Amino acid sequence: MHLHKYEKIWLTFGIGSLILFLTVIGIGAFYKGSQPPSHLATIDPQNVEAHEAFREENLGLRKVGDNEYIVSVVASAFNYDLGKDEEGNAIREIRIPVGSTVLFQVTTKDVIHGFEIAGTNVNMMVEPGYINSLETVMDKPGTYTLICNEYCGSGHHFMATKVEVFEP
Amino acid sequence: MIKNSVALNKLDSKLVMAHMYVAFISLFIGGLMGLLQTLVRSGTLVLPFGISYYQLLTVHGVILALVLTTFFIIGFQFALMSKTVGMSDKQRDSAWFGFWIMLFGTVTTAITILLGKANVLYTFYAPLKAYPTFYIGLALVVVGSWIGCFTNFRQLYVWKKKHPGEKSPLLAFMVVINMLLWFIATLGVAATVIIQLIPWSLGMVDTVNVLVSRTLFWYFGHPLVYFWLLPAYMAWYAIIPKIIGGKIFSDSLARLAFVLFLMFSIPVGFHHQLTEPGIDPVWKFIQVVLTFMVIIPSLLTAFSMFATFEVTGRSKGYTGLFGWLKGLPWKDVRFFAPMVGMITFIPAGTGGIINASNQMNQVVHNTIWVTGHFHLTVGTTVILTFFGISYWLIPSLTGRKLTKKINTLGMIQTIVWAFGMSIMSGSMHIAGLLGAPRRSSYSTYGGSEQATEWIGYQIAQAIGGSILFIGIILMVYIFFYMVFAAPKGQEEFPIAEVSEDAEPTPKFLENWKLWIGITVALILFAYTIPFLDIIHHSPPGSPGFDKIIR
Ligand code: HEM
Ligand SMILES: [Cu+2]
Ligand SMILES: [Cu+2]
Repeated sequence: MHLHKYEKIWLTFGIGSLILFLTVIGIGAFYKGSQPPSHLATIDPQNVEAHEAFREENLGLRKVGDNEYIVSVVASAFNYDLGKDEEGNAIREIRIPVGSTVLFQVTTKDVIHGFEIAGTNVNMMVEPGYINSLETVMDKPGTYTLICNEYCGSGHHFMATKVEVFEP
Repeated sequence: MIKNSVALNKLDSKLVMAHMYVAFISLFIGGLMGLLQTLVRSGTLVLPFGISYYQLLTVHGVILALVLTTFFIIGFQFALMSKTVGMSDKQRDSAWFGFWIMLFGTVTTAITILLGKANVLYTFYAPLKAYPTFYIGLALVVVGSWIGCFTNFRQLYVWKKKHPGEKSPLLAFMVVINMLLWFIATLGVAATVIIQLIPWSLGMVDTVNVLVSRTLFWYFGHPLVYFWLLPAYMAWYAIIPKIIGGKIFSDSLARLAFVLFLMFSIPVGFHHQLTEPGIDPVWKFIQVVLTFMVIIPSLLTAFSMFATFEVTGRSKGYTGLFGWLKGLPWKDVRFFAPMVGMITFIPAGTGGIINASNQMNQVVHNTIWVTGHFHLTVGTTVILTFFGISYWLIPSLTGRKLTKKINTLGMIQTIVWAFGMSIMSGSMHIAGLLGAPRRSSYSTYGGSEQATEWIGYQIAQAIGGSILFIGIILMVYIFFYMVFAAPKGQEEFPIAEVSEDAEPTPKFLENWKLWIGITVALILFAYTIPFLDIIHHSPPGSPGFDKIIR
């Protein structure tokens, strides 16, 4: 098939940039290890407490090393369960020292939810039957909002929690 | 050669018009919902009678993204087929049969939504559970559209039989490609709706496999957007050249672009599931690469369009690097509206590249940025091209004229739409980058400071949305004026001819077995292993949740 000379130039340039672009994404994903959240572990959505990470005492923020934390969360309509404090009240806030490495691991007891910390790149889907997880460094102090960004029912827009990244 | 001046026969016109009535009534209802949504989200309006925001949003998504588009496209494509390859009485009967099934399905689903029993949005992600008639209605819409597919296939087949050795008319070729794409894609959504969701919502099975259902949905969800876009491309490639007084730049490039769209729009659904658990990131990446292959036919299209414009401008005696732009009929709404749509596709397509960029998707996923994105693609590029088509299609079907007054009103409509959309979509994009979520009623998100930054953009969306709604009223008025009130006469059904300079079209472009074979092979390549993986590693299923959507 015949191609006009200018069209050849245009396509060569276009396809060239495309290859370059995909190479950049590919290097980011496979060499630098920056993959989108794709945790493969499964869980019984009707019995999430049976899983070690989501037992009540393990919910919320846990320190696991110098500057290293795990945040385990059970989402359900329309709440993020972050465990209980000493007095037995539900924890309503996540407080993380600035600069720490945090592993978020989340699952849901009912429908699909979102897990987005607005203003950061923490953003993943939470689906029944799966644990999703994402590791990040919280390096900017401030008050963030953890928000459900996947429609989960009539109270979906109330599903939010505060995340405080503080200078210790 | 096809005579341009002759409109369709009365019976075919009636068939196409039936689709158009549904499309434009849907536009009005959907637009009204859109306006109300922006008012609610900005905190300006509280819905009366306990109506849920999500009920409006379900209506908006279903009626605009599924009903308006499908009816307009199938109607328009029947017009093109009838014009280029003809339609027998039997084919027309089957087309009507498909139409009534789609309409019956639409009404069934609509009633369920209006009764508040299906606030599941147009993507109906399980395990949110709607009342069974919601899914049954949608399944009927798909089945009705399949009858349309097979009618179109039959039309071209019969024509080919009568014209051995001839290449098929370009527009008929394009319609058949689009209907093939639709048929192959809807197999996925039909599978989840018919095999998984209907039995589950009827209580015949207790649980549903959520990830399988989503994967089947998105196997359909991306080609869906190309099903919307390709009819617009049909108009750009094969109709606009005629309107501007030019010729089709190259018949073979046009066909090649359509074939590439068929091949690369289906095996790519994972780019909507990038941040999901349970899917291997290697397969996500492979589908991302396949997604980006549609850039090639998009580049071909951009080149062809601007080549046509330049050649036409120059042939009218306009010179200079950009002087030929003056040779284009900017005051003809049949050109102006689709042209504004085409220009919008530059930022719209760029946004799409960002969304599909593997790990970058995390920045924007499920924020209102995404909503801003598809109000540019389908809500502007596609819809303005559809409006541009309507300005000649409707009068030519109803035996009336596109008057000067309506032409001017159409120009105003286009400008109002582009202006309103820039404001609404622009502020959606910005708010999304700040983290504001999509699909969310008005909320302060527990008194969050960040949310106070978003509210200004929600108000801007309401302003843009109100301007857009004026655009909707104008367009619906124009439609009914062209149907009932415009002066009688004959409006041209513009179909362009191929330029004499273009090379003859090679035979292999019409090797259907080859294209369908490659398409199926690509789908099998992209989906077999990850899909078997998903089934193999399935967690226990999910029961349905229907109380939390009331
Ligand atoms: C008057 C014109 C319009 C206005 C004011 C408008 C407004 C909106 C708003 C505010 C949303 C987002 C709501 C949210 O996420 O909470 C939305 C969603 C949407 N709009 Fe529009 N829109 C208009 C026209 C259109 C058109 C013409 C189309 C397509 C042909 C369209 C398709 C959609 C779709 C598919 C959604 C997503 C629904 C969902 O997330 O479930 N809209 N619209
Ligand atoms: Cu939610
Ligand atoms: Cu897509």
